Amino acid sequence: MGVTRIPTSLTQGSHTKGAIGESTLRPDGTLKVTGDFAYASDLWHEDMLWGCTLRSPHAYAEILSIDVSQALATAGVHAVMTHQDLPAGTHYGLEIRDQPVLADDVVRFHGEPVAIVAADHPETARRAAAKIVVEYRELPPITNEAAALAADAPVLHPHRTDSHAAHVPHPNILHRQPVTRGDVAAARARADVVVSGDYEVGMQDQAFLGPESGLAMPAEDGGVDLFIATQWLHSDLRQLAPVLGLPEDKVRMTLSGVGGAFGGREDLSMQAHACLLALRTGKPVKIVYNRFESFFGHVHRHPARLHYEHGASRDGMIQYMTCRIVLDGGAYASASPAVVGNAASLGAGPYAIDNVETEALALYTNNPPCGAMRGFGAVQACFAYESQMDKLAAELGMDPVEFRRLNAMTQGTRLPTGQAVDSPAPVAELLRRVKAMPMPPEQQWITADESGESIDVRALPGGLSNTTHGEGVVRGVGYAVGIKNVGFSEGFDDYSTARVRLQVIGGEPVAAVYTAMAEVGQGGVTVHAQIARTELGVTQVTIHPADTRIGSAGSTSASRQTYVTGGAVRHACELVRERVLELGRVRFGSYHPAWATAELLLESGKVVTDDGEVLADLVHVIGDESIDVEREWRHRPTEPLDPHTGQGFGHVQYMFAAHRAVVEVDTELGLVKVIELACAQDVGKALNPLSVLGQIQGGTTQGLGLAVMEEIVVAPDGKVRNPSFTDYLIPTILDTPSIPADVLELADQHAPYGLRGVGEAPTLSATPAVVSAIRAATGLALTRVPVRPEHLTGT
Amino acid sequence: MDFLRPASWEEALAAKAEHPSAVPIAGGTDVMVEINFDHRRPDYLLDLTRIGDLYEWEAGAEQVRLGAAVPYTQIMEHLRGELPGLALAAHTVGSPQIRNRGSVGGNLGAASPAGDCHPALLAAGAEVEAQSVRGTRLIPVDDFFTGVKRNALAPDELIRAVRIVKAAGPQQFSKVGTRNAMVIAVCAFGLALHPTERTVKTGIGSAAPTPVRAKVAEDFLTAALDEGGFWDSGKVITPSIARQFAELASGACNPIDDVRGTAAYRRHAVAVMARRTLGWAWESYRATADSTKGGAPRCA
Repeated sequence: MGVTRIPTSLTQGSHTKGAIGESTLRPDGTLKVTGDFAYASDLWHEDMLWGCTLRSPHAYAEILSIDVSQALATAGVHAVMTHQDLPAGTHYGLEIRDQPVLADDVVRFHGEPVAIVAADHPETARRAAAKIVVEYRELPPITNEAAALAADAPVLHPHRTDSHAAHVPHPNILHRQPVTRGDVAAARARADVVVSGDYEVGMQDQAFLGPESGLAMPAEDGGVDLFIATQWLHSDLRQLAPVLGLPEDKVRMTLSGVGGAFGGREDLSMQAHACLLALRTGKPVKIVYNRFESFFGHVHRHPARLHYEHGASRDGMIQYMTCRIVLDGGAYASASPAVVGNAASLGAGPYAIDNVETEALALYTNNPPCGAMRGFGAVQACFAYESQMDKLAAELGMDPVEFRRLNAMTQGTRLPTGQAVDSPAPVAELLRRVKAMPMPPEQQWITADESGESIDVRALPGGLSNTTHGEGVVRGVGYAVGIKNVGFSEGFDDYSTARVRLQVIGGEPVAAVYTAMAEVGQGGVTVHAQIARTELGVTQVTIHPADTRIGSAGSTSASRQTYVTGGAVRHACELVRERVLELGRVRFGSYHPAWATAELLLESGKVVTDDGEVLADLVHVIGDESIDVEREWRHRPTEPLDPHTGQGFGHVQYMFAAHRAVVEVDTELGLVKVIELACAQDVGKALNPLSVLGQIQGGTTQGLGLAVMEEIVVAPDGKVRNPSFTDYLIPTILDTPSIPADVLELADQHAPYGLRGVGEAPTLSATPAVVSAIRAATGLALTRVPVRPEHLTGT
Repeated sequence: MDFLRPASWEEALAAKAEHPSAVPIAGGTDVMVEINFDHRRPDYLLDLTRIGDLYEWEAGAEQVRLGAAVPYTQIMEHLRGELPGLALAAHTVGSPQIRNRGSVGGNLGAASPAGDCHPALLAAGAEVEAQSVRGTRLIPVDDFFTGVKRNALAPDELIRAVRIVKAAGPQQFSKVGTRNAMVIAVCAFGLALHPTERTVKTGIGSAAPTPVRAKVAEDFLTAALDEGGFWDSGKVITPSIARQFAELASGACNPIDDVRGTAAYRRHAVAVMARRTLGWAWESYRATADSTKGGAPRCA
């Protein structure tokens, strides 16, 4: 790389305060805890209008007519728009543009946007929207696989032109991916033990706390400025510009405060609506969903039905597996094709299995659209294959952990896609570690007081609801492990862009880092500053707000941002460092021979030799210069999976986590208290150990939620029955157990600093571990999550 | 929507007489949710937060007169001795923030079958003090709930206070939700022993269109305890009696299948809670009976 030797070893910057490996604190942490952080819902402009969305009350219906006259006549209303009023593109979508900005002649799900209103007060907008008269002709909704694939089923998207349309067996199948390897028939013939099972996963919601919100400002140049809470600015931009009929440079987006995402902000929600109303009225327009609307305003985790079969020899070696995974994609495509790819390629789990036949598919139905959510197709599969592992171990009379360890993949193991796992895969070690952790004491609800013994109901199933004082309570222990890919797969050009500027400000060297990365809570703002300190040996780092004036950072999803945007920041920093050293040689090279010979590092604001000798202050080297580098950076390429065999180098990296769940079940009432969820995870390199623990705790808790409470209930008529936090339950602190974590750091040589994505893996294995523990406590088969009291009591 | 802010109770009654459709609001933990979810848009909101008397309580010899707006937190902290069942129920309401604002008056006004206070009030025995410009009337809580989210208040009446019988014996409250805190009831059960009258009273929540007492179960148990001399002997209640009480309590339910749970589960859970709460309450009764008798062995 040119004449300058660039020190790339981990020693660069390791003496600088706040470098990688330190648990530096989030700049927004205190603000969020004290309620002072400005979220997108706090956006305000004096002249702004409020937007409101009219949504379909039906899951499937023809729109016969829309009469907006009464709404338009309402005092304070500035605009009402329907499909007829769209100025340019009418559809959008992450991969397939099949979703109408506003419904045209048909609505395909309960809650689909039909019209939008802008008014000078949110209540006026709401009332005006209620005055829009939509005449519907209800159609029988398609809400399950049998209805979707029936010979005479109505085709929900009749004029498909997407790349999957040609190879699907039915037009209501959005995408289907088989993966075959080895000879299943032969393996089945020699298997001593065969177990099969049908599993079901309910529809989980991301349940981020900051609802969808943004403010669109019309600009003098005919463009629009959008301040928005999103996961991926440039993906929004790519979909928005054609809808607005504007070139991309006239649609300027700035990230606003994001209150969580978990995949639910990967699709557009109110972005197009706010911009359309702003351009129509010439005034700023704010749209903020309330909690009710939020449940209709974003995609959910795919509910799934999974059929699995495994065969093993008597010595405990898995000989083959087959599975069929049916994901309900709902009314529109969203991220479903990629979710199918993940389910298919990771459906066998982190095990070495030579003979595999898997098939994953996503349906078009009239259920709510489903797309990205933490775990992304690997969650559903993990629940099924880990349930199968317990079942197989029981059938073989083996310890479930030892059985898993016996079959665990290792570095070099080929996945069913034929791709060899070419970095550490410590699956057996993670299981060993999690099993070796000390067990929580028995009967923690008994607390000694003066009179002898007393009961702390908070430690019991039911908690403060006071349902048991120990009666019916049985403890169970369960284990699970999972595999999740990191980054975008199947040949996607997964890159990020970073600009790094180094200059002297107020007598100090200051680095500014500028990316379009959406900070949604994952901690990128912390990690990028740590990388800049590490690479440039400075302590002062400014993180520029994210916007679309710089190139794409890719999505804050797939556990990829530290890897990819972190990699881009690191790469830009390396180039800045190269320029600094060039400057130094020009300015000071003649004063010390080491400038020409030694490996030079930037440490604590100084240029030093690898022996630690100080050559110059950065301040003097940089002087009045502003060293400014912007670069795109890519991880190594992947390739698409073969559409028939599923073979291919599909994924760039994998992450692994294992859990041990200890639960106590009130077996009479069917209530569950998770006592502990111990986790062991390999993170490659913990750039910020505190953030890593936060990801493990958060992911674990979200997995617990899916195990025992979180589900969007959709009625047979396709209508959502529980769109509120009264009835869509997420774990409270009393439901959240202690989560001891054992973090391994086995470097992946392909990744920056050897790091591994972290955020999703713990979501996978927490769910099956909890269910396994409940099975151990109750002896029940439990093939569906979330597990409900009815399942545990036979009612 | 007009926001009426009476400065005194008299002004509040006058406002309610003038605008019978006005919805009273104190903590707002129920009314504001209804408004935010667009379930209702009342013409008037009648804000009671300036009326200090509603936040007071008086503990008399027989009853506690609990101001309609006394927050649950106060009940938990100050009335655990007088109203143990209600204090337990109050502790299951929402989150600490909700308990700092929500009140028994609001719970009664909403009259949801899932209201957490109702089973405790039914079991303890209580009267709702309803006032209007026409005067005061005391509505027995047994007659208060008239339908799903409907109560016996006249359009011009406001709840001034609730008069709850002071506990003369152990009380228990138990509620099933599918989360360990901050959860709406799938079903709930309240039980109070009344050693003076030698009766047992109950309340069932969320398992019928209104909160109800399990009267057949109460009568059975009252008779069984009497016939078996349990009140005097303080002996352990025979499992068969407890079981039959539980089955009769379950039989008093008339639940539905909904998004929170099935009817069958509710019947089952009410039976379990009835059996368990009876066991805990009776255990406490025996402990106090023993101690007043001067140290008879605790275990039968």
